[in-house]
Amino acid sequence: MFDWIQHLADWFVYNILNLNKGQHLAEALNFFIYDTVKILILLFVIIFFMGIVNSYFPIDKVKNYLSRNKLYGLEYLMASLFGVVTPFCSCSSVPLFIGFVRGGIPLGVTFAFLITSPLVNEVAIGLFIGLFGVKTTIIYVISGILLGTISGVILQKLKLETYLTPWVKGVLANAQKEQESFIAEKKSLKERLPIIWDEVLNILKGVIPYVIVGIAIGGLMHGYIPEGFFEKYMAKDNLFAVPIATILAVPMYSNASGILPVAQVLVAKGIPLGTAIAFMMGVVGLSLPEAMLLKKVMTLKLIGIFFGVVTLCIIISGYLFNIIL
Amino acid sequence: MSKVIKILGTGCPKCKTMTSLVQDVVSENNIDASIEKVEDIEEIMKFNVMSTPALVIDNVITIKGRIPSKDEVLSLLN
Repeated sequence: MFDWIQHLADWFVYNILNLNKGQHLAEALNFFIYDTVKILILLFVIIFFMGIVNSYFPIDKVKNYLSRNKLYGLEYLMASLFGVVTPFCSCSSVPLFIGFVRGGIPLGVTFAFLITSPLVNEVAIGLFIGLFGVKTTIIYVISGILLGTISGVILQKLKLETYLTPWVKGVLANAQKEQESFIAEKKSLKERLPIIWDEVLNILKGVIPYVIVGIAIGGLMHGYIPEGFFEKYMAKDNLFAVPIATILAVPMYSNASGILPVAQVLVAKGIPLGTAIAFMMGVVGLSLPEAMLLKKVMTLKLIGIFFGVVTLCIIISGYLFNIIL
Repeated sequence: MSKVIKILGTGCPKCKTMTSLVQDVVSENNIDASIEKVEDIEEIMKFNVMSTPALVIDNVITIKGRIPSKDEVLSLLN
């Protein structure tokens, strides 16, 4: 499917720039062009598709659905699935949290949504397909959804309502199931498309610099770091690799677009995929800026428990990946 | 009649883009309106929005969760 991009990259590097095959620079450049073109196309397609889905399932509809329906335990999974189709912006996490709490949605279900939303989003999926292939992407998406679901269930069991900040407790006390009816926009796809299109361009514009820098760094590493370089430090049988990678990753703040191209090269150079995925989940899913934002609604203790549970789940899934893959 | 425009957002880049865009539209078209940036989360939640930035004109939420085009803002203000 992407052969033509490889031909394009070959033609440009070997014929137009007249570089020789096997040269470090030529290989790095070839890799850079191929990856950039391929990933931008994939990102465009996935973001566009998710934009359409999201246009029909806006966040208010999601909230009303979760607040109104009794789902007998499936609500955690549903919240997690909704998290996938909802584009995530860390600055919206607080209003979203309050909105859910106000709608009478249990705290654990809200957490399930908050965990999956940044972890599995349109940008991450597009990049994953481009860099790791469809099979690994499916595994990543499923584990991201399960991670949100399971962490949500655990957090609910811990009964953390007492650790909310006072004004959120006030909101919680006044929570009502389905207090305002949501009027769904009755628009045809044709009327929706211009808005979706603008969003696609906005998201792409936002991530392109990161993607390009990420792929450029990846390209350099690809050309200059010898195969199997990391194996001696992060071999599969090194039990500490996964937790160390995860704990290093949590405070780091980067979106999927910057970190994924680099991670792909790390994997190519010998880091086990499970360790790399745990690292990526830590970077994308949890970050210090997010913790700062959440301080508005949660006490430090609750943020600590939240991050702790998610970190633990990421570490476990890292191990699982290393065993399965 | 002077319009009251409120921009709800916790201070993310998107919210800043929206604020300057709305300011541009207002000044370019000489619209009689006051612009207020609402950053306090408790204030924001009184409007019951879950995605920011949101554009509120005369206490009606017109746009939420995305950055509108200048034309769209202009037509909302007219």
